[in-house]
Amino acid sequence: MLRHAPSGAHDSSARAPRVQPAGALGKGLLGIYLTALVLLPVAALLAKSGTGGTSAFWREITNTEALAAIKLTLIISVIVVVINAIFGTLIAWVLVRDEFPGKRIVNALIDLPFALPTIVAGLVLLALYGKGSPVGIDVAFTRVSVALALLFVTLPFVVRSVQPVLGELDLSMEEAAASLGARPPMILRRIVLPGLMPAIISGVALSFARAVGEFGSLVLITGNLPFKTEVGSVYVFGQIENENLPAAAAVSVALLLAAVAVLGALTLLSRWSSRHVR
Amino acid sequence: MSASRAGAVTLPRAPAGGAHPRRDASAGRTAAARAARRRRIGVRAAALGYLATLLLAPLVMIFYRTFEHGLAPVWNAVTAPNAQHAFWLSLEIVALAVPLNTVFGIGMALLLERGRIRGKALLGMLIDVPFAISPVVVGLALVLVYGKSGWLGNALSETGIQVIFSVPGMVLATAMVSLPFVARETMPVLRELGDDAEQAAATLGASAWQTFWRVTLPGIRWGVVYGVVLTTARALGEFGAVSIVSGRIQGQTQTLPLYVQDRFENFDLTGAYTAAVVLALLAMATLLAMNLLTRRTRGGKAA
Repeated sequence: MLRHAPSGAHDSSARAPRVQPAGALGKGLLGIYLTALVLLPVAALLAKSGTGGTSAFWREITNTEALAAIKLTLIISVIVVVINAIFGTLIAWVLVRDEFPGKRIVNALIDLPFALPTIVAGLVLLALYGKGSPVGIDVAFTRVSVALALLFVTLPFVVRSVQPVLGELDLSMEEAAASLGARPPMILRRIVLPGLMPAIISGVALSFARAVGEFGSLVLITGNLPFKTEVGSVYVFGQIENENLPAAAAVSVALLLAAVAVLGALTLLSRWSSRHVR
Repeated sequence: MSASRAGAVTLPRAPAGGAHPRRDASAGRTAAARAARRRRIGVRAAALGYLATLLLAPLVMIFYRTFEHGLAPVWNAVTAPNAQHAFWLSLEIVALAVPLNTVFGIGMALLLERGRIRGKALLGMLIDVPFAISPVVVGLALVLVYGKSGWLGNALSETGIQVIFSVPGMVLATAMVSLPFVARETMPVLRELGDDAEQAAATLGASAWQTFWRVTLPGIRWGVVYGVVLTTARALGEFGAVSIVSGRIQGQTQTLPLYVQDRFENFDLTGAYTAAVVLALLAMATLLAMNLLTRRTRGGKAA
């Protein structure tokens, strides 16, 4: 880790007055804030999911409805991040390498899914792709609608992580390859994609984490049908409403573990790809 | 003889006159350029088509749906008492959660970038937890601590403070989901700024507070503002976590996003669309602010 990039050469501990605006009082308040907001709630969640021991935890997450919801969440999230990887990279490419009128507006529009409240995102999609659709496409209450909503809310991740890297990519490599007779597909595969891979993977990881936990945009458009369109977070919500908190906590933790496992795998993949491909 | 003829057939034609090679080369170049152009337009069409289908068309549609029956129903929907209450409640929660996260966000950024404490990596992870977990899980976790049967439930009910199903819980939920923004946007700015100016101020006898107000804060202000904009957008639109901790009591604990769902499920489409359009307009204002700020910080960096 390279912190203090500008003054990295100096040993800051050698200097006498160390600036510490967050004094003891500040640190204490920060500690209380983080404890109240993050530490205690997460601890309570873990404790609740483990109250009945491993067997109870296992029973809760292998309940047929819970299992179907977890499976659906993971499978659709994988599909969604693959589509994101492809179209996100394409969009980033167009925004960096292409010139067309209105590019600035398109660039600003990319962040819309981050700014738009999730419930509005769901309603917006439903207005066009739901019952009475003016374009004759009605995907409401189907699994396609789950994917559609997830694609909407995760759109910016890959674009925004690839865009800066693509901007920094050395064009002379591609020109050299082209002058040596490499065709565009080969340049893409051998030169551009390896350089972009870590960025694509990090965007994919963020998309995946978001997709696994997404709730607001799914509520209206998917109909929350058990065994059909009910994803993990919606199942958890239902269990909370039924005051079945142990089940809600167990499935929450299972989803968290799945997300952490995928993120870990992607981190390893990213390290591997940046070490081996170049 | 035959060999040279064969060569003449397969290889590009040998230069015979002055004009020919140039014409040939330019023809080859235009063919390649045409192929490159086709590819470029194909990629552009794919990317823009995807964006139009997924983002733009639905967004345009919701404005159309809202105003398709004229302005009168929209006006009625805007002035409905529950809509008004939801709107003001949303603002109230933003007004409480955003300053909290701004102050503590700056504090966390300072601690992580400048402080000398053990367990920095752990603290950094702790801050990111709210981004990694589902809003529903955030709501659940808060209920498990502050709810009636939660860890602090008894202590809270003895002191008569109701957190869950009332405004304090909604502020907590909103603050938790938007916790990382200010810290994460401020940290890179702090890092880039370096601490030379702060050291100089301290050497010249400035107190820690003076250094912070006069040196550090002016240096990081655009990072902080950017974080505040993101925090506000997220706080205003939060649905899942607030949905759980609020109990969704109409006219009492219903924020604007919750009101959208309530109207939709009660077949009041105009009400739902109108509230959604209000939120969408606020989101677009956020986008605009974000764009102006990035241009500003970029300009500042370039100068």
